[in-house]
Formats: sequence, structure tokens, C-alpha cells
Amino acid sequence: MWENLPLFPQQASTLAPRVDALYFFLILVSVFFAGLIFVLIFYFAVKYRRRSDADQPRAIEGSIPLEIVWTVVPFALTLVMFGWGAWLFAEIHTPPRDALEINVVGKQWMWKIQHPNGQQEINELHVPVGQAVKLLMTSEDVIHDFFVPAFRVKSDVLPGRYTQIWFHATKPGEYRFFCSQYCGTQHSGMIGRVIVMEIPDFQNWLSGGAAGVSTAQLGEKLFESLGCVSCHRPGGAVQAPSLAGLVGKPVKLEGGKTITADESYIRESILDPRAKIVAGYQPVMPSYKGSISEDGIMQIIAYLKTFNPQEGEARRP
Amino acid sequence: MNIPSAGPRRHYLNAGYGVRSWLLTTDHKRIAWLYLLSITFFFVIGGAFATLMRIELLTPQGDLVQAETYNRLFTMHGVTMIFFFLIPSIPAVLGNFLVPLMIGARDLAFPRLNLASWYVFILGGAFTLIAAAAGGVDTGWTFYTPYSSRYSNSQVVLTVVGIFITGFSSILTGLNFLVTIHKMRAPGMTWFRLPLFIWSHYATSIIFILGTPVIAITLVLVGLERIFSLGIFDPARGGDPLLFQHLFWFYSHPAVYIMILPAMGVVSEVIACFARKRIFGYSFVAFASLAIAVLGFLVWAHHMFVSGQSVYASMVFSLLSFFVAIPSAIKVFNWTATLYKGSIAFDAPMLYALGFIGLFTIGGLTGLFLATLGIDVHVHDTYFVIAHFHYIMVGGAVMGYLGGIHFWWPKMTGRTYPEGWAKLAALIVFVGFNLTFFPQFILGYLGMPRRYHAYPPEFQVLNVMSTAGASVLALGYLIPIIYLTWSLRYGRIAGTNPWMAKGLEWETHSQPHSANFDAQPIVREEAYAYSGEERGDLQPLGKPVDV
Repeated sequence: MWENLPLFPQQASTLAPRVDALYFFLILVSVFFAGLIFVLIFYFAVKYRRRSDADQPRAIEGSIPLEIVWTVVPFALTLVMFGWGAWLFAEIHTPPRDALEINVVGKQWMWKIQHPNGQQEINELHVPVGQAVKLLMTSEDVIHDFFVPAFRVKSDVLPGRYTQIWFHATKPGEYRFFCSQYCGTQHSGMIGRVIVMEIPDFQNWLSGGAAGVSTAQLGEKLFESLGCVSCHRPGGAVQAPSLAGLVGKPVKLEGGKTITADESYIRESILDPRAKIVAGYQPVMPSYKGSISEDGIMQIIAYLKTFNPQEGEARRP
Repeated sequence: MNIPSAGPRRHYLNAGYGVRSWLLTTDHKRIAWLYLLSITFFFVIGGAFATLMRIELLTPQGDLVQAETYNRLFTMHGVTMIFFFLIPSIPAVLGNFLVPLMIGARDLAFPRLNLASWYVFILGGAFTLIAAAAGGVDTGWTFYTPYSSRYSNSQVVLTVVGIFITGFSSILTGLNFLVTIHKMRAPGMTWFRLPLFIWSHYATSIIFILGTPVIAITLVLVGLERIFSLGIFDPARGGDPLLFQHLFWFYSHPAVYIMILPAMGVVSEVIACFARKRIFGYSFVAFASLAIAVLGFLVWAHHMFVSGQSVYASMVFSLLSFFVAIPSAIKVFNWTATLYKGSIAFDAPMLYALGFIGLFTIGGLTGLFLATLGIDVHVHDTYFVIAHFHYIMVGGAVMGYLGGIHFWWPKMTGRTYPEGWAKLAALIVFVGFNLTFFPQFILGYLGMPRRYHAYPPEFQVLNVMSTAGASVLALGYLIPIIYLTWSLRYGRIAGTNPWMAKGLEWETHSQPHSANFDAQPIVREEAYAYSGEERGDLQPLGKPVDV
């Protein structure tokens, strides 16, 4: 019977047991307080049941010490919950620097996944065990959500910006992932499998694909064919900011504000170049809206990430 | 005080017959009945949607209805139950009936505005029903953009117009209550002699007035973006989808407190009566209502922890969400302490009130899981959330509503219902509810997402349990509809105060006549003066006023 009635999901990431530990702590606190209330209610209900219609119990106004106790004790406990939860949350939002980066694009109603070596898959995500993996995600239409219960991670996937999750799978196997933000008619069909493999198997799988061209190389081709290269190159025809080592670096904008050049900023600068003007440059770049897909933008970003910050030249990965 | 003279006594129900006497009434007690009938109608419709959903979910495959239909069912279930049943339920029915009676007033401050509120409510409801008849809406009751504003092929505009219109009914009712409570209290009815039912309606009214305009304008913007292709929320047109979520939850989180605060008020009245005790820590319970109303406005973004909003914003909203749990906990502890050394009877209203405490405690504690950031990432948008808010809204608000209806039924109708059936129904509702919704906590932690028409087979056993529970729950709701209707004609005559309860509403006739009291009541004792010490201080009802 029990295989048909699971009570807890599988633990398949480094995060899973830590989320479960916090979950059990909250269950413990809840059972204690719910139990306390239920036992007291039953006890009072039996002990002080009405014995005669003429019963007239004496009034009790209240008790300041009791009020203080049942305000302060729950308050202190909630602070523990808050701190513990926030600590985990901060880690959920801090991917390790060496994480393997995989691009995910959601659309009604499928998931498109692209590995750094150019390997693509749909509604399946192959990842290596024992290595941090970061998903850089966006949507082509409405809001979706990428949710892997066995890893205890999820994040909404929005049109017009990037979100990310990361995980470190600990057990080879197959795990379900779901779209968990309602996205229209076939929402419940927008599901797939994460396939966690031993590293050699994963390498085999990666090289088994017919890709041959890496994501960054695809990005480089777009960078050339769309003409980005003619301006964004030292000595180009029009003066444009250098993109060397741009990703993750601070950028000074017209008006004095400084922002970090993250993926969302680069995406915005391609589609809506006038939204944020780099200090000292003219807003002359045209918008590439309509001439590049979400996958293409992600490929260009992958390409930009390969720039060598010292030399300002592209380096083949 | 309640001696029938020759011929039937004049009261608010026989003050006039015929359609006009009801549709043009300005008597708050009659308007309460108009609302009672309308929201019962919406409750039955919303319940029918839920029934179809639960039957569909018996099997993992989507086989009863198509995905498109299922999506419309859960959307219409949410829209109907929230905007047309739960939000008006206790305030517009019991609040309307009782606020003037409890504070010793003849009527609400603006009787004609009160009637107008009902018409506005019906107009909004009509739009929503037309939308349902024209194919329904499939966005979820949350109307998330850009799905609702651009992609959905359903009756979004008609539905949001309906909700927009209905919002004015809430605002006007809130305004009416606030003015009435401020200006029309009987002599001697000081703020700290008010029944806690009044405090909770005061807090609810504040939310009505401050929150409802925000949802109204937000839904108008969705409609405008849909019709005129504006770029407000749709990123493809330069809008921001998260802006919608902020605006939506700025109202819709406090709306949860609109639904639960009045039920807390009912529970305070019922517990005091059936324990024959003043509510333990009266002023703490009263201020907890206000604290919930105020803090409730500061926690909206806890619905957005995985939405892509800033990590720091999430942390602040998580902390604030824990703060709002404290006043709720204070109430539960005080209700429990009220039972201590009381004289406890287990009439049907008390069973509902005790059931409320149990279910609300579970609902509140599971709210802590959702406020905890590290756990919310996993359970957000799963059945855990569904279970949590049904424990609050059905286990809490509906139990409170049913308890209140049973408690004040003798006052409203002059008759009592069959007590045995009522107790049985309360028990069936409690058991059915837990069987329906407790498995959903487990489903949620296992990872079953909400709004799924079909689901993986490993979730089936728990879904079957939930559907079985839902059929028990439906039976539990059906029984009261039958015996309460029966009691209108065949119930025993109740008398002025069948529960030996305290409070001005129990000092006047059952049913009250159109002017509520024979003479202006004067209050000389605290609320819930159940112990003998202050007994007999109430001003006896004097010479009848002109009706």
C-alpha cells in the first residue's frame, strides 16, 4: 500500500534534506501547539461541561502575564523560523561560481533546454550528479514556473526577464519537473523529467548528440550575422561600448547610476537599447526586437561570457 | 417584555408582504435576508464547480472534462466563492442584521445606501454569471498577467467588470458599518463595551474601504490592456507582469482577513455564550482584530517569493508575515482560556465554534510554513497552498458563518431548528472537511502543482481520499439547507433569548420589529456579563417607540 501512498518526496539534491529538516522542525512546533490547544479544549470541555441550566460561572477578566507569555513565546519561535528559512533562501539564490550553466526557455506548453555544448532537448533535462547546475530561464509568452520537487527548488519563469535556479543533484535517477505557474489550457501537460546521470554517462550523453556547435559558437555566429560585431569591436565603424568581460561587471549609465551587467540587462540592451544608455555613448543602436529569438539572445549571452577580460578578444571555449 | 397581544405581533418580517416590500426595503434586517438568499445561490454554484473538479481529479488522466473546461471550473469556483460568497458572507448577512442590533441602533447609518449596496452586488454578480454563461473565464481567480491581459481566450473582461462593480458593494457596506459604529452606539455603549463581533466588523470595514479600490483599479487596467493593447503588465509591450501581482495581492491578501475576521467575531460571541463566560482578555482580542487589519496590508508580497522579486524584499515580507501570525495566535489562546472554569454547553453553534478553533489553528500553523522562505520555495503553487487557504477560508470562515447562522437563526426567524440534525451536520462538516483537505497538505509537499487537470499516477490515492471527503462535506452542507428551510414554517417558536445569551440583540423580540427596540436601550454593563455580579443592570425595555 505504501508505494501508492507516499508521504514525503524523494530527496535528490543537497538542498532537499536541509529543506526537510526545517519542514520537520515546523511540523514539530505545529504539532506541539495544535496538540496543546486541542488537549486544553477537550479537557475544559469535559471538565467544565454544563451540569445544570442554572450554572453561573464566575467571571475571569484575563491575565496580563499569560497574555505576555503567549505573545512572546510564539514570537520568539517565529523568529527562529524566519531566520532559518531566510538562511536557506539566501543559499537557494546564491549559485556556486563553477556551476554548469544550462539555458531554459518556457513557452505554451513546452520546455526548451540548451546545454553549453549546443545539445538541445525538449521536456527533458539531463544533468550530471555531484555537480552544481544553474538554469538560466526565460519565457516566450506567459509566466511559467520550473519546479523540481525532488530537488525542492522552483522559480517562476517570466517573459521579458531572466530568473535562475540552481541545484546539486545527489542521486542518479529520473525525477519529475512541473510547470507550477498556471499558464493556460495545457498547463498540466507542461511537465518533464530531470535525468540525473553519473558524470561519465553524462559526458557520453552530451557527446552523443549531433550538436557539434556549442551554444557560445552559435552566439558568435549571431553576433556576426546580426552585425553586432561591426560596432562592438575596438576600432569598429561606430563607437560602441566594449563588451569585453562585460557580464557581471558594473556599468556606469548616463545620469550617474551604476548597474550590474547581468543577463537581464544584456537582454534588455539588445531588445530596447535606449532603456539604459552607457555613460559617454550616444543612443544610436537600433532595437533587435523581432529579429532575434529568446534562444538566440541566450546564445549571444553565452558567447559574451566567453570573452577574456584581459585581452578584450573572443576566446573559443 | 415579549408578551404576544391579541393578533400576531408586528415584526420586521410581517411588516410588509409582496415583492416591493422586499426589493425596496431599507430595513437592514430585510436586506440581510436579500444577501442571505443571493450568497446561498452563489455558494451552490461555486460548490457545483468544485464538485465537478473533485470528480475529475478521481483519476490521474483528464477524462471527465477537457483541460479547457477544467481551467474554467477552478477559475469560476474561485471567483464565485471569494467575491460572491466569502467576502459578503458574514458582513453582509450577519453583520447587516446584527451591527445595529448589537449597538442598540434603529438601523445602519445609511439605510438606502445599504439597499444600494445589495443592488450593486447583484449587478456585479449578473455580469459574472453572464460571463460564465458565455463560456466562463480560464485565468484562475488571480488573473495573472500577461496570460489574462493578452493570451487567454475567455470572458476576462466581463468577469473583471463584474468584480469591479461588486467591489463598490463592499466599499459602501464598510463605510456604512464604520459610520454606524462610530455615531450610533446606544447611550452607555462605550468602545470597550462593544461585543467583539463589532470590533471584528470594524476592522473588516477598514480593509473594505482601503483595499477594495486597489483591486478595482487593477482589474480595470487588465481590462484596458486587453481591449486597447496597452503596455501596463505585458512585457512584450513594455509592461511589468510583477506590477500586476503587487497590486493584486495588495488587496487580495487583506481580503483573506476580510473573510476570516468576521468569523472570529462570531466565534467570540458563540464561545462566550456557551461557556457563559466573558471572553478572556477582551481587550487583547479586540486589539488583535485591529492589528490583523493593519499588518494584513504589509504582507502582500509573501505570495511572490518565487516570482522573481528581489531576495531582500522577500526577506522583509517573510518577517512581516510572521508578525501577522501573532495576533491570530493571541485570539486562539484567549478563546481557549475562556473555556477555563466556564459552564460549557454543546449546542450546534458551539460545535461550529470549537470546530473553527481546531481548523483555524491548523490553517494558521500551516501558514507559518508558507511564510518560511526556504519551505515556501518548495510548496508554493502546490496543493499545500490549496489546503492551507481552505483551512482558513472553509474551515475558518465558512464554519464561522454556519455557526453564526445557527446562533442567530432564532433571532432572525423567531424559530429554532431541530438541534439533533444541526449537531449531526456540524459533525459531518468537520469530518468531511478534514478528509477533503488534510490529504492535500501531503500532496503539496510531494510536489503536486495546483490547477492541474491531469496528474502523475503516484498522486492518485490522496486525490481519491480528498474527493471522498468532498462528498461527505457536500452532504454536511446540504443538511442545514434542508432543516433550516423546514424550520421557517415548522420550527419551535424561539422566544426572545433561547440561549440565555448576553448582548442587546437578545434583549429585543425574536423577530425584532422594524425599529429593532421598543425603547432606546441604555447600556450599564460590560460585554459578556455572564457572571451574576453585574446582572440586571440592563435598562428594561420601556414604552414602545413609534414604528
